[in-house]
Amino acid sequence: ALLSRPAGRLRACRGLAAGPEMHFGFQTVTEEERREKIYQVFESVAKKYDVMNDSMTLGIHRVWKDTLMHKMNPSPGTLLLDVAGGTGDIAFRFINYVRSVRERQLQRKLKHHQNLSWQEIFESYQKDKFNSLGDSQVVVCDINREMLKVGKQKAQHLGYSEGLSWVLGNAEELPFDNDKFDVYTIAFGIRNVTRIDLALQEAYRVLKPGGRFLCLEFSHVSNPLLSRLYDLYSFQVIPVLGEVIAGDWKSYQYLVESIRRFPPQEELKAMIEDVGFFKVDYENLNFGIVAIHSGFKL
Amino acid sequence: GRARPSHSEPRGRDGRGGEEEEEEGWHQLYPGHIPTSPLQKALLAAGSAVMALYDPYRHDMVAVLGETTGCLALPNLRDKMKNHPEGYHILQERPRIRLSTLDMARLRGLPDGSLGREYVRFLENNKVSPDTRMPPKFVDDEELAYVIQRYREVHDLMHTLLGMPTNMLGEVVVKWFEAVQTGLPMCVLGAAFGPVRLSTRKLQVLATELIPWAIRSGLNASCVLNVYYEQRWEQPVESLREELGILPPP
Repeated sequence: ALLSRPAGRLRACRGLAAGPEMHFGFQTVTEEERREKIYQVFESVAKKYDVMNDSMTLGIHRVWKDTLMHKMNPSPGTLLLDVAGGTGDIAFRFINYVRSVRERQLQRKLKHHQNLSWQEIFESYQKDKFNSLGDSQVVVCDINREMLKVGKQKAQHLGYSEGLSWVLGNAEELPFDNDKFDVYTIAFGIRNVTRIDLALQEAYRVLKPGGRFLCLEFSHVSNPLLSRLYDLYSFQVIPVLGEVIAGDWKSYQYLVESIRRFPPQEELKAMIEDVGFFKVDYENLNFGIVAIHSGFKL
Repeated sequence: GRARPSHSEPRGRDGRGGEEEEEEGWHQLYPGHIPTSPLQKALLAAGSAVMALYDPYRHDMVAVLGETTGCLALPNLRDKMKNHPEGYHILQERPRIRLSTLDMARLRGLPDGSLGREYVRFLENNKVSPDTRMPPKFVDDEELAYVIQRYREVHDLMHTLLGMPTNMLGEVVVKWFEAVQTGLPMCVLGAAFGPVRLSTRKLQVLATELIPWAIRSGLNASCVLNVYYEQRWEQPVESLREELGILPPP
């Protein structure tokens, strides 16, 4: 079954209570404190998450996510695991994408059916109609209940139900079997994971051989002028937006600080390679404000 | 003391372990304090003003507006308090009006017409509580933070003294009074824009009777923050009104 925990997996006891020192934004905290704080951040921002994303990025985050989907170019029948998928942005795009690919497939099939009788065409159309996703499936996994709640509500509101499931889980310890998924994505989530190496290991584990790892995340801007402008915007405007729109300065202060703390493109690439992925590469979007890292399990 | 804003610059990154830098570059002056740069304050002031108008239920935005625009009025108020014996006393002792500090049973037992009894009556009739006042976040001086906190906590007492309910009309009247008394830009804006959402009939009453009265009272009265209300629960409201100089309500 998809959801069983892999047998014999040991989690090294690392004295989590008084763990090693880590960063939470620009603060220094223990590992456990960091997890706790991050959980609280997302609990508090969940309801306004989408509004804030649109305000902070002036809607550009939609383009980033669309780009990720185009890069993935999933064909019908793909099984996708979207980790830290919270409010469902990637999952919904995936469903839209495979649906449209599937539609084109069906249209092409119909064109070839010119010689068939109406009865036969009708039957084959019926059969395929109930398979509008072509057996594609997406599992949305998130550690935060509030985010999942918002995601499920959105799905209902927008009419997504087929091929979609929601699972509560931790990226560092996924509740899935080995070699299960065709694609693993984590969009704007890996930054919030406390042990990135563990999350990457888990990603490798749950992917099928031949499977693809895709990570969409804020990264580093190397152009000095742009970097200054970006910093100015991040530190001066974003917390203000957080306070005015969501009544929550501190969560958005954390957001901009956590971006600065996250490893830059090359370092993340190395981390992904360390875990065993091949053909690891990255693509900068908007001069490095955001980057898509990709790797394959062979 | 003054605070330095958090101009956090990207430091040398490090995944884990022992990167010690000043905690977020903050200089927190009081619990809940968020230091802000002048640019951030300006953006906050503009943003909170728009949001407060757009969504009147965002009381937190009104509070933020008050804090970010009060840089002239607050020191003024603080000085007025310093130069008055009772006000000075308040600044020293920093009393807080909260359900936990008020003896509601005792106040309820006071005679009708006394400040304590009428205050409790006001809270109960309007179903409000003094605990819903937002603590200050963006004031960069902890004494001034107390002054604005005091102003917020005394607001319900203003309602009691002026005899105004907590509906839109009553709030606008109190805002006019407070605007004249404190000079806080937030009060001025609230007083000016509040009436926008009222019906014409109410606007008429407002313009012809209530506002002129509120203004005259505000000008006539001594500074309302200079009254140690917690020591005057037994005093009859009438007598306190006279003492302060608040004219009888129409």
